[in-house]
Amino acid sequence: MIPLLLATSAHTIAHSSAPDWWSQIFDFENYGQLVVLLRNSILAGAVLGLVGGLIGTFVMSRDMAFAVHGISELSFAGASAGLLFGVGVVQGSLAGSLVAALLIGLLGSRARERNSITAVLMPFGLGLGILCLALYPGRSANKFGLLTGQIVAIDTPQIGAMAAISIVVVVGLGIVWRPLTFASVDADVAAARGVPTRALSIVFMLLLGLAVAVSVQVVGALLVLSILVTPAAAALRVSASPFVVPVLSVVFGVVSMVGGIMLALGGAVPISPYVTTISFAIYLLCRLIAWTRRRRGAVGRRMPVGATATAAARDDSARVETA
Amino acid sequence: MTEAERAPDSVGAAPRAASLETVLGLRNATLALGGRTLWAGLDLDVHAGEFIAVLGANGSGKTSLLRVILGQQRLVSGSVDFLGQPVARGNRRIGYIPQQKLADEGTPLRARDLVGLGVDGHRWGVPWPSRRRRRLVDELLDSVGATAYARVPVATLSGGEQQRLRVGQALAGDPRLLLCDEPLLSLDLAHQRAVSELIDLHRRQRQLGVLFVTHDVNPVLDLVDRVLYLAGGRFRIGTPDQVLRSEVLSELYGSPVDVIRTRGRIVVVGTADAPQAHPDGPHAHHDEHHDPGHASEAGERGGR
Repeated sequence: MIPLLLATSAHTIAHSSAPDWWSQIFDFENYGQLVVLLRNSILAGAVLGLVGGLIGTFVMSRDMAFAVHGISELSFAGASAGLLFGVGVVQGSLAGSLVAALLIGLLGSRARERNSITAVLMPFGLGLGILCLALYPGRSANKFGLLTGQIVAIDTPQIGAMAAISIVVVVGLGIVWRPLTFASVDADVAAARGVPTRALSIVFMLLLGLAVAVSVQVVGALLVLSILVTPAAAALRVSASPFVVPVLSVVFGVVSMVGGIMLALGGAVPISPYVTTISFAIYLLCRLIAWTRRRRGAVGRRMPVGATATAAARDDSARVETA
Repeated sequence: MTEAERAPDSVGAAPRAASLETVLGLRNATLALGGRTLWAGLDLDVHAGEFIAVLGANGSGKTSLLRVILGQQRLVSGSVDFLGQPVARGNRRIGYIPQQKLADEGTPLRARDLVGLGVDGHRWGVPWPSRRRRRLVDELLDSVGATAYARVPVATLSGGEQQRLRVGQALAGDPRLLLCDEPLLSLDLAHQRAVSELIDLHRRQRQLGVLFVTHDVNPVLDLVDRVLYLAGGRFRIGTPDQVLRSEVLSELYGSPVDVIRTRGRIVVVGTADAPQAHPDGPHAHHDEHHDPGHASEAGERGGR
């Protein structure tokens, strides 16, 4: 019912003022009613922001942004196959991303291997997905949505499945949080301390596969990075605290998702451009903050009392040492 | 070989800071990797408070020895006991200090977080701040002189500062044994000195056994009690004066090797260009420099 309503409203807008791009992108007529109707979608967006923000910090510290992209393409292939064979888009994308995540996790333990395996899998997945979509006789809006996202096209059972998967990801991350952090930022010492680094990396890949499958439903296979990587990358620009970074990353993710959906409600274009633009703007802002901070020389070193005058000099020498 | 190795102990070359308590014992230990025997029949006791440097060429099994002690690598035969128990993975009483690697910018880790990982990074669940934990981390930071940069991102610290944190991190589990894997690599001389003295200070204060893997003994020459020299599947153990001699190393390598002492430094010459001396073939003769200080650093790093 909801998608139907949206489709009609989009239809009217498109007809009433065809060349008026602005009203296609921003239109807040009947906004209050739309928000109520799309409560579930907004909620789904918030949950996805949470999932993306949390897992994104590990994606960054494990240097796996490219792998995320690869997994999302195979998730797209799975979703298209699910659509074609009537298995269901969620089931299909889940299967696709889990297979991809496991393959990348098992075959690519080192960064270089991982990149090449990802690069090999990605076009294959995309091709497979395009094949399935080409054979699919249904509406073309569905096809496009898998690549570029369409949260408003999601019906209630789909939202239920998404919520369930998201809970699994968040709880799973909570259980392995500390050893996964250790293994991600300091692998050698973690292994020496008995942290099961290999098992953890497989667990992480599975959780990542689940997170990607959920994200593909909403922002589409091509734009998954904007929700699984950009918020965390932005957070890492402004903090190095293992507490602040995930919190900021979640805030950025939720703001991008919910903000994107809210803006998209009235417009006639998919939500993904709104989401990606907001998350990109946040990233730019964080870079700007980091840049001004560095110019001010705020590096967080504590100076002995009375030694503040030499602070700048000591910063310089520290930087020389690092270089 | 074993007799030669036992000699220093029985003769009573009592290590200066060491007690008689044995923290680590290897008995007739043999390690082979991929069909190649790295060392065989190794007997070694590490006493509490004793500083042992592990020397030898690349590929002679120095790092593998540490992996065995950490329970990551199994012996072909023989035994390794830590505090009287066979070693197992993840023993909290063994501290590990890796070589310095520049942390990536964007690593979500400040100095105190790196040390904190040593405290409870191995536990499941989400970290909860607690006063006890904060105090513990503060004490560790203080004990390695890192309080001033406790909140600085690790990626922006100098190599020497990072290695200080590594010492603090390794001390977190109240260890009895410190395993150091080239901890001075890529540090300048002043930092090499500072970091080795820090390790020395804590092994005396806490009566830690220290196994210090290094390609260059000179920065720690005045700190070590004994030297374990691995070469070509064989080994020698003893004080630096007993082991680092031309005739001892020549016999160990099976080819003429000169040990030159000059200005308080030790230079080993003649091991790199003698591939035929290594019974285990081409693996053993790469850029092997015991020639201290300079030449080897680029080679070792490039090889990794």
